[in-house]
Amino acid sequence: MTPRPRRSFHLSWVSLLAVFFACLALVPLGFVIWATFATGFETATTLILRPRVAGLLMNTVLLIVLTVPACVVLGVALAWLTERTDMPGARLFSWLSVAPLAVPAFVHSYAWIGVWPGLNGLAAGVPISIVAYFPFLYLPVAAALRLLDPGLEDQAASLGLTPRAVFFRVVLPQLRLAILGGALLIALHLLSEYGLFAMIRFDTFTTAIIDQFQSTYNGVAANMLAVVLVLCCLVFLGLDYAIRGRQRYARLGSGVARRTSITPLGPMRYPALLLPIATVAFSLGIPALTLGHWLLAGGADIWRLDAIGLALWQTLRICLIGGLATTAAAIPIAWLSVRRPCAKNRLIEGCYYLASAMPGVVVALALVTITVKVATLYQTLATIVFAYVILFLPRALVSLRASIAQVPKELEQAAESLGRSPARAVLATTVRLAAPGAAAGLALSSLGIMNELTATQMLAPNGTRTLAIAFWALTGEIDYAGAAPYALLMVVFSLPLTWLLYQQSKKIAGR
Amino acid sequence: MTLLEIWTLRKHYGPVTAVDGVSLAIESGSRTAIVGPSGCGKTTLLRLIAGFEAPDGGSITFDGALIADERSQIPAHKRGVGIVSQDGSLFPHLTVEQNIGFGLKDDAADRKIRISELMDMVELDRAMLTRRPDELSGGQQQRVALARAMARRPRVILLDEPFSALDTGLRVATRKAVGAVLSAAGITTVLVTHDQAEALAFADQVVVMRAGRFAQVGTPREVYAHPADPATAAFLGEAIVLAARLENGQATTMLGQIAIHDRNRQGQAQILLRPEQFSILPHQGTEDSASTNFTSGIITDVDFCGPSCDLAISLDKNPDFSLRLAMASQPLFEKGARVQISVNGPAHVFS
Repeated sequence: MTPRPRRSFHLSWVSLLAVFFACLALVPLGFVIWATFATGFETATTLILRPRVAGLLMNTVLLIVLTVPACVVLGVALAWLTERTDMPGARLFSWLSVAPLAVPAFVHSYAWIGVWPGLNGLAAGVPISIVAYFPFLYLPVAAALRLLDPGLEDQAASLGLTPRAVFFRVVLPQLRLAILGGALLIALHLLSEYGLFAMIRFDTFTTAIIDQFQSTYNGVAANMLAVVLVLCCLVFLGLDYAIRGRQRYARLGSGVARRTSITPLGPMRYPALLLPIATVAFSLGIPALTLGHWLLAGGADIWRLDAIGLALWQTLRICLIGGLATTAAAIPIAWLSVRRPCAKNRLIEGCYYLASAMPGVVVALALVTITVKVATLYQTLATIVFAYVILFLPRALVSLRASIAQVPKELEQAAESLGRSPARAVLATTVRLAAPGAAAGLALSSLGIMNELTATQMLAPNGTRTLAIAFWALTGEIDYAGAAPYALLMVVFSLPLTWLLYQQSKKIAGR
Repeated sequence: MTLLEIWTLRKHYGPVTAVDGVSLAIESGSRTAIVGPSGCGKTTLLRLIAGFEAPDGGSITFDGALIADERSQIPAHKRGVGIVSQDGSLFPHLTVEQNIGFGLKDDAADRKIRISELMDMVELDRAMLTRRPDELSGGQQQRVALARAMARRPRVILLDEPFSALDTGLRVATRKAVGAVLSAAGITTVLVTHDQAEALAFADQVVVMRAGRFAQVGTPREVYAHPADPATAAFLGEAIVLAARLENGQATTMLGQIAIHDRNRQGQAQILLRPEQFSILPHQGTEDSASTNFTSGIITDVDFCGPSCDLAISLDKNPDFSLRLAMASQPLFEKGARVQISVNGPAHVFS
């Protein structure tokens, strides 16, 4: 038997798969570039440089500039109160600060309109966005707070800093990466959200693209708006990259971290409750109030079980198929990024994150344009699942990576030494042991799919009526009572998945 | 002059008593080492002095002023007590310069000068000022941590196992360097460590701590040569504890007659011998049964560890007893070799 170069075959087919999926994921970005060139410079500039685009850009910038800093302040304050103080009910409020994620953004809008029917424009967009999206900041900041080395705070105190100065000079700087990550996520969501803003008649690029799409199907104008939207996304990604730089805030040394210290609030212990209570009132109380109101007012009549049952079945089916596809597509790159960390693989991984940062509307627009040329694919299950894979792959990737990293590489080697081929060794050890991470990835991508409205309504096969689409259609007909059961079901099915997200963030922090 | 005084200090976490009523006086400018096995409460004691924990009883007095008792504590940031921890606890988001200057006022006129001075003191190249902590080696990180703690000219610096994360060679060098810097600056130092050799080499005053209490307090030579009990003796170095009958300044043991200091002690007692008091020589001729100067035996087991050997010797007179001790390596130390053992110098008698 002649010796073979070790692993070469094995390595190549996993890499090949990863590169293949990465290329697919970059299709929407490629479409935007293609669209710019295909339109021609002159048409493109006239379509982009017009007052309408300036107005949309103004709206978008104002929305982000007002919402993101408010989310940062709220998220950090809540995280500090729930993780590092003796505020009563800290554990409960920690969970309640994540729970708003179980309410789809457009249901938040629906709930606020139910309480204040006249709400519209920026004045409505900012507060609703804050309550819908601040958990994206709260989660990473709370996790980072739990991971901070308490020795550093002790050290700062011994160097003469007051507790207040310790927070601003030692704690806050170390939360920078978590804050930056959360802020980027919120900014990207604000750029790509459709339902929330459409319902309160606040125009953003995404709502404008969908309006264009619905009036002039596959028009050049929509494509050019998508170009500007993608440029906005790239600006934020670039900003994040520039600020983040190459800095690592890794824990130095090997000492075992002590449990983080708890700051006594003293006389502020009960007044401090005002902030979480007010947050919960707006982020969960208002949806509960509106849903409760319509469910009571609607009575038994709104529970049209045949329609609701069909929507539920379709939603669960598409969530499962989409979730499975997303998780499966994430396996090659997850394995590579943990087991073969090199510049090439980091680049491939970066492609997935870049692709998923594209707003759903751009992904949908790209796939519509491409699939109408291949008539057999337009509005098929394959197309919508493809869109979900692009949009939600990083969710599955994060869970998979974490669980693969926990499987010692030595197990694979042991299996190989017992006579398994490299591929079989991976299957018998790492894949088996990473199954919980895969399940979590499946759940998290399903959560995204369940509450996805933009791409679903543009791409799903004719006659598809998921919970989100049915809800949207009914609110469009001003049948707010009839829409309530669909909203309730989405919240009920999202809650356990949100709980999983919450538990996972705690597990990553080692608790 | 006593700078730091601890009086019947107590601290418990739930049902676990970490510090159980200990008292200690630390002289200004001295070096004290608190040594004990892990979990003995030594780090808790240090954290109580630093002000990171509040005592449940007793008091701490600093320069004549009460800084902590069970009712009130001066917070850590007002104590002026410096601390260097096991891993250095350098702020990962700041450069070396910002770390060292962390406790100094930002607008202090002499800030730059002071930082340069400190870098020289801990013998670090000033070119390192712009580096981040993760670009430094473990020994360099500890030097930066020391410079940072000294920046505010504290009168006391607490060292919490600052050398234990370093390699063996680097550990000794860093310990010497840190000791020299602190002595030159005249700073009172309290070192916490689980390494008895480090404690003995570093301190003027050694505190042996066990299960929250002080087993013994004394100079390094005192606690090593005259430990309070067999457990303390064993903790501070290899100890051979033998049953003996005392009479007129002589102890009669299975190793023969051994001198003791105390002529007045009579009757049964336990005595302590250290390995360096033993000489092991090749067995010569027939044994003179009347001689009490040496005992003969056979080496039954040898673990060769390079410079030293761990020996097990079974005594001719008492074959059931196996004498175990580490000695500097010799070609003689082979399994089955016949040797004669003699003991030098007086033995310590446990009270």
